[in-house]
Amino acid sequence: MRVVKRFGLDNLQSGLAVAVALVIGSMAIAGSAQAQSGEAAGKEHDRLVGRGVEVFQRCSACHRIGVEAENRIGPQLNNLIGRKAGTVKGARYSPAMVRAGAEGLVWTPETIDAFVADPKGFIEGTTMGLRGVDDADDRKALIAYLASFSTGPSNIPETPVPPRAGVDAGLPTEILALKGDAEFGEYLSGECVTCHQASGEDKGIPSIVGWPPADFVIAMHGYKSKKREHPVMRMIAGRLSAEEIAALAAYFNKKGQ
Amino acid sequence: MPISRRRFMISAALSTSTLAMPSFLRAQGKPKVVVIGGGAGGGTAARYLAKDSKGEIDVTLIEPQQAFTTCFFSNLHIGGFRTFDSITHSYKTLESTHGVKVIHQMATAVDRGAKVVTLADGSKVPYDRLIVSPGISLKWESVPGYSPEAAEMMPHAWQAGPQTQLLKSKIEAMKQGGTFVMIAPPNPYRCPPGPYERISMVAHIFKQKNPTAKIIVLDPKEKFSKQALFQEGWQKHYPGMVEWIPASILGSIKSVDAKTGKIETDLDVFNADVANVIPAQAAGAIAAAAGLTNDTGFCPIVPGSMQSQVDENVYVLGDSSIAGDMPKSAFSANSQAKVCANAVRGALTGSRVFPAKFSNTCWSLIATDDGVKVGANYEPAADKITKTTGFISKTGEDSALRKATYEESLGWYAGITEDIFGA
Repeated sequence: MRVVKRFGLDNLQSGLAVAVALVIGSMAIAGSAQAQSGEAAGKEHDRLVGRGVEVFQRCSACHRIGVEAENRIGPQLNNLIGRKAGTVKGARYSPAMVRAGAEGLVWTPETIDAFVADPKGFIEGTTMGLRGVDDADDRKALIAYLASFSTGPSNIPETPVPPRAGVDAGLPTEILALKGDAEFGEYLSGECVTCHQASGEDKGIPSIVGWPPADFVIAMHGYKSKKREHPVMRMIAGRLSAEEIAALAAYFNKKGQ
Repeated sequence: MPISRRRFMISAALSTSTLAMPSFLRAQGKPKVVVIGGGAGGGTAARYLAKDSKGEIDVTLIEPQQAFTTCFFSNLHIGGFRTFDSITHSYKTLESTHGVKVIHQMATAVDRGAKVVTLADGSKVPYDRLIVSPGISLKWESVPGYSPEAAEMMPHAWQAGPQTQLLKSKIEAMKQGGTFVMIAPPNPYRCPPGPYERISMVAHIFKQKNPTAKIIVLDPKEKFSKQALFQEGWQKHYPGMVEWIPASILGSIKSVDAKTGKIETDLDVFNADVANVIPAQAAGAIAAAAGLTNDTGFCPIVPGSMQSQVDENVYVLGDSSIAGDMPKSAFSANSQAKVCANAVRGALTGSRVFPAKFSNTCWSLIATDDGVKVGANYEPAADKITKTTGFISKTGEDSALRKATYEESLGWYAGITEDIFGA
């Protein structure tokens, strides 16, 4: 449960999907453990998937996974295993990624491992901002977690999911419709980039560059209304007006283009 | 936000002000901003002015050091969590990417009438606006017997660099079962939780290498930043190792002897095998030389812009300023610098000036994966910068949260150093 709670600190929205995934995931584990070598393998897989949830936090600013996952800055990651690179409909890709797919790159545990270990080394020209997951066990965990949405029954949305509106509930449409003043946003962003790197790199604090404005606005109002955890974000968002949040959303979206 | 009435009247009173006559200034060439001090305040101000004015402002940064070792995270170097290189930053990106002219010299004087800064080699740098961000100076006389020479034996390590390395080597070389004594500074000083994070890092080293060592903190204060969190952490991670003695028990410090390590106080005589003496502090020397300080030793500023109260062409940032409720921290200086850069750019180029927003967060490391934090928002009020809302880590938090807080601090360090020195 702690895993789910911690994930929720930073990303309640995906946390819901993850909570569901964990339940489904552990059902799948129970099945495969029997077929393999019993309890030990099951526990190890359980541990890997649990750790994978944590590692996935480094991906979650840009990628969604689980029931009703949509493309964000990066493509949604359901059914990733076996997918040809650069082929999710409606997703934005770098030319390099599309070319890699055209040349035959298919996502398998091996190719994902190589890509995640050193994204720019594996695909020169990828726009994925991840610096690389150095720890081999963390990559294994991440792949186990990703795989839990790719094979077997775990990608079948049987469990009812609370609607996405769980996070933005109560956010009036006029707030979502506010058009942000990007120049004002650039000034205000000075307060963000003390921690969130302006270059979009993530070295322990998530990237906020290039987010779809609506996601940005929903997230910030989530902190402002204290529906989302995190004391620093509650403090910073707490005093921003709806116009200021819209301005920031406009600026950071523009900066990612 | 409208320009405050006071600011407006200052502007209106200046018949030759740049606001009134930007075309005149343009005829004289690009407006010049000189920044003294390349730390969290000065580096950020120089970078934002150069970056945001897109070449409309000529920005010169005066900083004697070729590379800057950050005081923030220098305790983590002492504790073995960071290399010295990883907390040392060059000015190359500011020069190459942002076009800031960096002069590696000490500023020795400011002629505010002529608007000229004099450098150590006698050369002169003219300015239209001057930003002063020289950090702190140490009041050696605040600890009887302490001096720059004594600091070679009893390091302060409160200005990062060789002093940090000296203190670290002394801690690591201390005899088994020896005594480490810190003389903590009186308020106000740079980095309120810093002395106590340092105690934590020293204890972390001793726990591994010198488990029978003792740590004594002689404090001229009655309480300190994040006190409950630190004391809980010391009890948990380093039981029996740290003794903190507040002023009410200690009395005053009568003398220190750097050669013998003897520290005489009203309470007792302490014999230190390694002593870390952090004296009282004042604004950086150039701020006083420029006549920007008041009788507190620091510089009064206009809360909405960081403009000096004694000279409208001068701004003061960071540790040297009297920033009301804001602590003297890198985060504060960085926050103030962005407000200041926006105001200076507006004054010189007519760009939009937005309302000041200040904030601060300070992370401290108590032990491996045991991080805590404190933070607040600040707004300019009529007489000072005032705290609005804040938060602090709680005692008894679970280890996962503490680990996340520490990891967050690593992200912050990467973020703020990119914000100061460029990517």
